[in-house]
Amino acid sequence: MELKVLKRSTFPIRSEEDIVKARQIVRNWANEVGFKLVDQTKLVTATSELARNTFVHGGGGEMMLEQVEDGTRSGLRITFQDHGPGIPDVTRALQDGYSTAGGLGLGLGGAKRLVHEFSIQSEVGKGTVVIIVKWV
Amino acid sequence: MERIPILKMGKFLLVSIQVDMHDRLALTLQDELTARIVEENAKGVLIDISALEMVDSFIGRMLANIATMARILDAETVVVGMQPEVAITMVELGLSLPGVRTALNIEKGMEILNSLLQSETQDGTEGSET
Repeated sequence: MELKVLKRSTFPIRSEEDIVKARQIVRNWANEVGFKLVDQTKLVTATSELARNTFVHGGGGEMMLEQVEDGTRSGLRITFQDHGPGIPDVTRALQDGYSTAGGLGLGLGGAKRLVHEFSIQSEVGKGTVVIIVKWV
Repeated sequence: MERIPILKMGKFLLVSIQVDMHDRLALTLQDELTARIVEENAKGVLIDISALEMVDSFIGRMLANIATMARILDAETVVVGMQPEVAITMVELGLSLPGVRTALNIEKGMEILNSLLQSETQDGTEGSET
Protein backbone atom coordinates (compact mmCIF):
# COMPACT_ATOMS: atom_id res chain seq x y z
CA MET A 1 0.00 0.00 0.00
CA GLU A 2 1.79 3.06 -1.28
CA LEU A 3 0.87 6.23 0.54
CA LYS A 4 0.19 9.12 -1.82
CA VAL A 5 0.48 12.70 -0.61
CA LEU A 6 -2.02 14.95 -2.36
CA LYS A 7 -1.38 18.18 -0.52
CA ARG A 8 1.18 19.37 2.02
CA SER A 9 1.68 22.48 4.12
CA THR A 10 3.82 23.43 7.09
CA PHE A 11 2.87 25.79 9.91
CA PRO A 12 4.89 27.21 12.81
CA ILE A 13 4.00 26.35 16.42
CA ARG A 14 5.74 29.16 18.24
CA SER A 15 3.03 30.72 20.42
CA GLU A 16 -0.28 29.96 22.13
CA GLU A 17 -2.00 31.72 19.22
CA ASP A 18 -0.31 29.23 16.86
CA ILE A 19 -1.94 26.36 18.79
CA VAL A 20 -5.34 27.96 18.12
CA LYS A 21 -4.41 28.46 14.44
CA ALA A 22 -3.28 24.83 14.17
CA ARG A 23 -6.69 23.70 15.46
CA GLN A 24 -8.49 25.90 12.94
CA ILE A 25 -6.34 24.79 9.97
CA VAL A 26 -6.78 21.10 10.84
CA ARG A 27 -10.55 21.68 11.21
CA ASN A 28 -10.68 23.21 7.70
CA TRP A 29 -8.64 20.44 6.09
CA ALA A 30 -10.58 17.70 7.90
CA ASN A 31 -13.81 19.25 6.70
CA GLU A 32 -12.55 19.41 3.10
CA VAL A 33 -11.35 15.80 3.13
CA GLY A 34 -14.82 14.73 4.28
CA PHE A 35 -14.44 13.74 7.94
CA LYS A 36 -17.65 13.46 9.93
CA LEU A 37 -18.11 16.11 12.63
CA VAL A 38 -17.19 13.77 15.50
CA ASP A 39 -14.00 12.67 13.74
CA GLN A 40 -13.12 16.28 12.93
CA THR A 41 -13.49 17.05 16.62
CA LYS A 42 -11.27 14.11 17.61
CA LEU A 43 -8.56 15.15 15.16
CA VAL A 44 -8.73 18.81 16.19
CA THR A 45 -8.52 17.84 19.88
CA ALA A 46 -5.51 15.56 19.24
CA THR A 47 -3.91 18.43 17.31
CA SER A 48 -4.46 20.79 20.22
CA GLU A 49 -2.79 18.40 22.69
CA LEU A 50 0.20 17.71 20.43
CA ALA A 51 0.69 21.32 19.31
CA ARG A 52 0.68 22.36 22.97
CA ASN A 53 3.35 19.73 23.70
CA THR A 54 5.44 21.08 20.81
CA PHE A 55 5.15 24.61 22.19
CA VAL A 56 5.33 24.02 25.95
CA HIS A 57 7.70 21.04 26.20
CA GLY A 58 9.56 21.33 22.90
CA GLY A 59 10.07 25.08 23.06
CA GLY A 60 8.26 25.52 19.76
CA GLY A 61 8.53 23.80 16.41
CA GLU A 62 6.32 23.11 13.46
CA MET A 63 3.33 21.17 12.26
CA MET A 64 3.29 19.55 8.83
CA LEU A 65 -0.16 18.77 7.52
CA GLU A 66 -0.64 16.29 4.65
CA GLN A 67 -3.68 15.02 2.82
CA VAL A 68 -2.92 11.37 2.09
CA GLU A 69 -4.42 8.44 0.21
CA ASP A 70 -3.53 4.75 0.38
CA GLY A 71 -5.54 3.51 -2.61
CA THR A 72 -8.73 2.80 -0.73
CA ARG A 73 -8.93 5.50 1.90
CA SER A 74 -8.15 9.15 2.23
CA GLY A 75 -7.07 10.85 5.40
CA LEU A 76 -4.82 13.36 7.08
CA ARG A 77 -1.31 12.83 8.36
CA ILE A 78 0.02 15.40 10.80
CA THR A 79 3.63 15.65 11.93
CA PHE A 80 4.65 17.66 14.99
CA GLN A 81 8.35 18.36 15.25
CA ASP A 82 10.39 20.23 17.81
CA HIS A 83 14.08 20.55 18.62
CA GLY A 84 13.57 20.71 22.37
CA PRO A 85 15.01 18.62 25.20
CA GLY A 86 13.36 15.35 24.08
CA ILE A 87 11.56 12.78 26.22
CA PRO A 88 13.81 10.37 28.18
CA ASP A 89 11.12 7.72 28.73
CA VAL A 90 8.57 7.69 25.92
CA THR A 91 6.69 4.65 27.25
CA ARG A 92 6.07 6.43 30.53
CA ALA A 93 5.16 9.68 28.80
CA LEU A 94 2.38 7.84 26.98
CA GLN A 95 0.75 6.71 30.23
CA ASP A 96 -2.23 8.67 31.50
CA GLY A 97 -1.39 10.78 34.50
CA TYR A 98 2.24 11.32 33.51
CA SER A 99 2.92 15.02 33.58
CA THR A 100 5.98 17.20 33.84
CA ALA A 101 4.27 20.55 33.35
CA GLY A 102 1.65 20.21 36.09
CA GLY A 103 -1.01 19.25 33.55
CA LEU A 104 -3.42 16.37 33.62
CA GLY A 105 -0.94 14.14 31.83
CA LEU A 106 -3.49 13.19 29.19
CA GLY A 107 -1.75 14.84 26.25
CA LEU A 108 0.19 12.09 24.49
CA GLY A 109 -1.82 9.05 25.56
CA GLY A 110 -5.09 10.88 25.02
CA ALA A 111 -4.10 12.09 21.55
CA LYS A 112 -3.11 8.52 20.64
CA ARG A 113 -6.61 7.27 21.46
CA LEU A 114 -8.21 9.88 19.19
CA VAL A 115 -6.46 8.85 15.95
CA HIS A 116 -5.88 5.67 13.92
CA GLU A 117 -2.09 5.71 13.73
CA PHE A 118 0.36 7.22 16.18
CA SER A 119 4.11 7.16 16.28
CA ILE A 120 6.63 9.03 18.38
CA GLN A 121 10.37 9.38 18.11
CA SER A 122 12.29 11.30 20.69
CA GLU A 123 15.95 11.77 21.39
CA VAL A 124 17.23 13.51 24.50
CA GLY A 125 18.90 16.76 23.54
CA LYS A 126 17.68 16.59 19.95
CA GLY A 127 13.91 16.84 20.01
CA THR A 128 10.68 14.98 19.40
CA VAL A 129 8.66 14.00 16.34
CA VAL A 130 5.06 12.81 16.68
CA ILE A 131 3.17 11.58 13.62
CA ILE A 132 -0.55 10.90 13.63
CA VAL A 133 -2.86 9.63 10.87
CA LYS A 134 -6.63 9.62 10.84
CA TRP A 135 -8.60 8.03 8.01
CA VAL A 136 -11.99 9.24 6.84
CA MET B 1 -6.58 42.75 25.87
CA GLU B 2 -8.92 40.03 24.69
CA ARG B 3 -11.40 39.02 27.40
CA ILE B 4 -14.45 36.87 27.91
CA PRO B 5 -17.31 38.89 29.44
CA ILE B 6 -18.72 37.83 32.80
CA LEU B 7 -22.35 38.91 33.33
CA LYS B 8 -24.11 39.21 36.66
CA MET B 9 -27.71 38.10 37.05
CA GLY B 10 -29.03 38.23 40.59
CA LYS B 11 -26.96 35.87 42.71
CA PHE B 12 -25.38 34.25 39.65
CA LEU B 13 -22.56 34.92 37.23
CA LEU B 14 -22.99 33.99 33.57
CA VAL B 15 -20.26 33.28 31.07
CA SER B 16 -20.70 32.30 27.45
CA ILE B 17 -17.50 31.21 25.75
CA GLN B 18 -17.87 32.26 22.12
CA VAL B 19 -14.26 32.22 20.94
CA ASP B 20 -11.63 29.58 20.34
CA MET B 21 -9.62 30.27 23.50
CA HIS B 22 -5.86 30.22 23.66
CA ASP B 23 -4.45 28.95 26.93
CA ARG B 24 -3.72 32.34 28.48
CA LEU B 25 -7.26 33.50 27.82
CA ALA B 26 -8.60 30.39 29.58
CA LEU B 27 -6.41 31.13 32.61
CA THR B 28 -7.52 34.78 32.64
CA LEU B 29 -11.15 33.69 32.66
CA GLN B 30 -10.44 31.32 35.56
CA ASP B 31 -8.81 34.11 37.60
CA GLU B 32 -11.43 36.75 36.79
CA LEU B 33 -14.34 34.45 37.58
CA THR B 34 -12.86 33.54 40.93
CA ALA B 35 -12.35 37.21 41.79
CA ARG B 36 -15.88 38.13 40.68
CA ILE B 37 -17.45 35.38 42.83
CA VAL B 38 -15.97 37.07 45.88
CA GLU B 39 -16.69 40.66 44.74
CA GLU B 40 -20.32 39.97 43.86
CA ASN B 41 -20.92 37.44 46.61
CA ALA B 42 -22.18 35.14 43.86
CA LYS B 43 -23.86 31.85 44.77
CA GLY B 44 -23.69 30.26 41.35
CA VAL B 45 -21.72 30.27 38.11
CA LEU B 46 -23.18 29.21 34.78
CA ILE B 47 -20.76 28.55 31.93
CA ASP B 48 -22.20 28.14 28.45
CA ILE B 49 -19.87 26.15 26.19
CA SER B 50 -22.34 25.51 23.34
CA ALA B 51 -20.11 27.44 20.93
CA LEU B 52 -16.98 25.46 21.87
CA GLU B 53 -15.93 23.10 19.08
CA MET B 54 -13.57 21.13 21.29
CA VAL B 55 -12.55 20.69 24.92
CA ASP B 56 -8.98 19.51 25.28
CA SER B 57 -7.18 18.66 28.51
CA PHE B 58 -6.28 22.31 29.12
CA ILE B 59 -9.83 23.65 28.82
CA GLY B 60 -11.12 20.62 30.73
CA ARG B 61 -8.75 21.43 33.55
CA MET B 62 -9.86 25.07 33.51
CA LEU B 63 -13.53 24.03 33.88
CA ALA B 64 -12.70 21.65 36.72
CA ASN B 65 -10.57 24.33 38.44
CA ILE B 66 -13.34 26.91 38.21
CA ALA B 67 -15.84 24.46 39.74
CA THR B 68 -13.45 23.59 42.59
CA MET B 69 -12.53 27.20 43.36
CA ALA B 70 -16.18 28.26 43.20
CA ARG B 71 -17.13 25.51 45.64
CA ILE B 72 -14.46 26.61 48.09
CA LEU B 73 -15.94 30.12 47.80
CA ASP B 74 -19.45 28.79 48.50
CA ALA B 75 -20.74 28.96 44.91
CA GLU B 76 -21.97 26.20 42.61
CA THR B 77 -20.92 25.84 38.99
CA VAL B 78 -22.96 24.41 36.13
CA VAL B 79 -21.47 23.89 32.67
CA VAL B 80 -24.15 23.89 29.96
CA GLY B 81 -24.55 23.27 26.25
CA MET B 82 -21.75 20.81 25.53
CA GLN B 83 -21.98 19.54 21.95
CA PRO B 84 -22.33 15.73 21.65
CA GLU B 85 -19.18 15.33 19.53
CA VAL B 86 -17.25 17.30 22.16
CA ALA B 87 -18.52 14.96 24.89
CA ILE B 88 -17.59 11.85 22.87
CA THR B 89 -14.08 13.19 22.23
CA MET B 90 -13.55 14.19 25.86
CA VAL B 91 -14.39 10.70 27.10
CA GLU B 92 -11.94 9.10 24.64
CA LEU B 93 -9.30 11.62 25.60
CA GLY B 94 -9.79 10.51 29.22
CA LEU B 95 -11.41 13.65 30.61
CA SER B 96 -14.40 13.13 32.89
CA LEU B 97 -14.70 16.58 34.54
CA PRO B 98 -14.98 15.27 38.11
CA GLY B 99 -16.92 17.62 40.38
CA VAL B 100 -18.40 19.62 37.52
CA ARG B 101 -22.19 19.79 37.29
CA THR B 102 -23.57 19.85 33.75
CA ALA B 103 -26.91 20.59 32.10
CA LEU B 104 -28.11 20.38 28.51
CA ASN B 105 -28.92 24.06 28.08
CA ILE B 106 -28.94 27.43 29.84
CA GLU B 107 -32.54 27.04 30.99
CA LYS B 108 -31.87 23.68 32.67
CA GLY B 109 -28.66 25.05 34.13
CA MET B 110 -30.49 28.00 35.70
CA GLU B 111 -33.06 25.59 37.15
CA ILE B 112 -30.29 23.64 38.84
CA LEU B 113 -28.68 26.78 40.27
CA ASN B 114 -32.03 28.14 41.47
CA SER B 115 -32.98 24.90 43.19
CA LEU B 116 -29.55 24.67 44.84
CA LEU B 117 -29.89 28.25 46.10
CA GLN B 118 -33.42 27.55 47.37
CA SER B 119 -32.49 24.40 49.26
CA GLU B 120 -29.55 26.25 50.79
CA THR B 121 -31.81 29.12 51.95
CA GLN B 122 -34.29 26.64 53.43
CA ASP B 123 -31.52 24.82 55.27
CA GLY B 124 -30.41 28.17 56.60
CA THR B 125 -33.88 29.02 57.93
CA GLU B 126 -34.30 25.67 59.61
CA GLY B 127 -30.89 26.04 61.16
CA SER B 128 -31.67 29.43 62.67
CA GLU B 129 -34.99 28.23 64.11
CA THR B 130 -33.53 25.43 66.15
